[in-house]
Amino acid sequence: MSFHSFRSRSTSSIRSLVAGALLATTAMATAGAAWAETTITAVMHSGLRVLDPVITTAHITRNHAYMIYDVLVAVDGDFKPQPQMADWTVSDDGLTYTFTLRDGLKFHDGAPVTMADAEASLKRWAKRDAGGQLIMDVTESLTATDDKTLVWKLTKPFGPLLDTIGKQSALPPFIMPARIAATPSDTAITEHIGSGPFKFVVDEFQPGVSVTYVKNEDYLPRSEPADNMAGGKVVNVDKVVWTTMPDVQTSMNALLAGEIDYIEALQVDLLPLLDGDPDVVYEKREPMGYQTIGRMNFKYPPFNDIKVRQAAQMALSQEAVLATLVGNPDYYEVCGAIFGCGTPLADATGSETLTSGGDIEGAKKLLAESSYDGTPLVLMAPTDVVTLAAQPVVAAQALRNAGFNVDMQPMDWQTLVTRRASQNPPAEGGWNLFFTNWLVPEISSPLVSPMLNGRGDKAWFGWPDDPVVEELKAAFVDAGSLEEQQAIAKKIQAHTLEQVLYIPLGQYINPQARRSNIVDMLPSPVPVFWNIKKEG
Amino acid sequence: MLGYIIRRILAIIPVMLIVAIFVFLLLRLTPGDPAAIIAGDMATPEQLDRIREAMGLNDPLLTQFMTWIGQLLKGDLGVSLISGTEVTEMIGQRIFPTLNMALLTIVIAVLIAVPMGVIAAWRHRSWIDYAVMSFSVLGFSVPVFVIGYLFILVFSITLGWLPVQGYASPSEKGMLAFLDRAILPALTLATIYVALIARMTRASMLEVLGEDYIRTARAKGVRESKVLFRHALRNASVPILTVIGTGFALLISGVVVTESVFNIPGIGRLTVDAILARDYPVIQAMILITSGTYVVVNLLIDISYTIFDPRIRY
Repeated sequence: MSFHSFRSRSTSSIRSLVAGALLATTAMATAGAAWAETTITAVMHSGLRVLDPVITTAHITRNHAYMIYDVLVAVDGDFKPQPQMADWTVSDDGLTYTFTLRDGLKFHDGAPVTMADAEASLKRWAKRDAGGQLIMDVTESLTATDDKTLVWKLTKPFGPLLDTIGKQSALPPFIMPARIAATPSDTAITEHIGSGPFKFVVDEFQPGVSVTYVKNEDYLPRSEPADNMAGGKVVNVDKVVWTTMPDVQTSMNALLAGEIDYIEALQVDLLPLLDGDPDVVYEKREPMGYQTIGRMNFKYPPFNDIKVRQAAQMALSQEAVLATLVGNPDYYEVCGAIFGCGTPLADATGSETLTSGGDIEGAKKLLAESSYDGTPLVLMAPTDVVTLAAQPVVAAQALRNAGFNVDMQPMDWQTLVTRRASQNPPAEGGWNLFFTNWLVPEISSPLVSPMLNGRGDKAWFGWPDDPVVEELKAAFVDAGSLEEQQAIAKKIQAHTLEQVLYIPLGQYINPQARRSNIVDMLPSPVPVFWNIKKEG
Repeated sequence: MLGYIIRRILAIIPVMLIVAIFVFLLLRLTPGDPAAIIAGDMATPEQLDRIREAMGLNDPLLTQFMTWIGQLLKGDLGVSLISGTEVTEMIGQRIFPTLNMALLTIVIAVLIAVPMGVIAAWRHRSWIDYAVMSFSVLGFSVPVFVIGYLFILVFSITLGWLPVQGYASPSEKGMLAFLDRAILPALTLATIYVALIARMTRASMLEVLGEDYIRTARAKGVRESKVLFRHALRNASVPILTVIGTGFALLISGVVVTESVFNIPGIGRLTVDAILARDYPVIQAMILITSGTYVVVNLLIDISYTIFDPRIRY
């Protein structure tokens, strides 16, 4: 092993050491010349540890899945579903979707992709995905009738079916071989074979450190140009290596020195360090970025009283939160739309105080009319996640200004995610308020946004019992056109902010940075490595 | 002597067992849930519970402990709850960068610090002595990440002589590639150890240089270098060896700041990542290995005393 090798070399003669070293460097230089120009070394936003894209909603796992798996349907830049692995027809009554697989698709182990694989993959995915569960509630059958055909029969029309299986985040239904998709949805898969544009190199995987992908030479891209997550996935590099650098300063230095090609997410306040270097470019890639939000616990006082919730919401200012969190206004946007600004369902009804600096006096008045008795609010404040550290501090001060007694409890993110699952009273290990961030596509529709689940104890943390939002979501599913969907979305927006199902605190973008010879990156919310070229 | 070594090795077993019990219980008492890390932000309480069940985290503590100890006795450190990778494999991937870096650091530190300490003691209260002592204070006081960043700024960014980050295995990429990437982090780490070892060497040497046998040696006309390095240093070596040994053990336990600044995939980062993700089997294995390392290094230090100071017998 390396340790022993080091020791034995250190005892050998200087001559043999120098000769060996020269040989080694020559070999390295030769090898480097052979592949370096088509290898992209990227520092992603976090280390890859979980490889199963069904068991987790972690973005890094989804990004990994887009490298090695393919999807039946994918959305283009206008959020419209487009054929990817399969084309489809819909019966006139909207009850039967027939998907036809395109020719020539193969898994990385050489086996042809069949619709039996798609059937098994969709069924496993639907057990974990909220949208998938909704479709399964109205599914009569989902069957591969032959190798090329998959028939999905519904008991009632489900308008957003194609949008749901074509979505790009949390969770896209990736197609894997049926034998792998037979794994229970609560158990992680152990084999990582897809039919996507890159192959996963098992031997070079170090969880949390690095992961290597090589070009899948057998992949047949679609003929259309790449557009967002849709279109032809043409791979122009031989190898992509994702490496994890826990220190952002190190990754910036490595980019400046040309040791890496790309950094997925950078802190805005560090960007000036990259100014003036012609070989490095930084830019906004994600068209919409992240929405930051606050979520209350509906089970216990004081937030089981709508007036207290409204008072808290009224006290908050998006501008104050975003200015503290991001700093540079070029990278954030005050946005009152719960579905995210720039999305088809965006609407800002009811967000006036949030987007205009908050209303402390109004909040004080509402709080005085409410049942609030001065009991301290348990506000959970994660200290180890840069993008979540500012919100609790700003909110705590605003809430104190409005008359709340705030007990801000610092903790690490892991403690927070455990504690937020606790349904105990706040004084007994529970909580009242926490903050988190979502990628905009994850909250851009009532069918995907976790905060709009109003099923009480079965809902997302905070557990609102809100039958009205459930009815509105059902109406959204039944809507026949985008206009109808937008009208219902507007009602959900107004209802959400009136009930304070959650508090949207605006949008921000983490800029990306790359060497200037990395060109043709797609401006998609998911960083994808097809289409990219490495020049020179 | 042999009996002593065997007794010490046997004593490792109860030490490790106590460590194992403490680690297991402490981890289970710490808030945190690996299932939440795996499931991600969108998981509902129901889904989390199902994943916990599948991972065996809902089993009684005693059952979990017995399963783990049972595996441990068979030499199986278990499987990472997060990545599903064998813990042995994960540690195997990460231990060699740490070991190699620790070895290089300690070699650099000893080569620089021991002569520094000897000369400082020899020229007691001269400008050399004051310079060594000033360097010692500086080496202790400046945080390691500041030194690391300064080295990167000077040697990598400004001069372009060395890479900013990364690790190259000497067995796979060759010794030059290893040294190319390892020299800056090793120098960074060595700064602290040079300060520590130089100070300890100086103090021990000062004590010894006042002894009668040194005066006798000088009176007999023995060369000064021989007096210093053969007579004085050898007699002053016990505390120096202790510092070197514990320093090496500390380095092997992982130096997470340096590993982060220079992007070295060592066990320090593995441990911190495992703690943040509450990856129990990895944390348990790492703490056991760290404790074991300390016990073994201490034993080796004790044995080495007999070589450098024949008066010591066990």
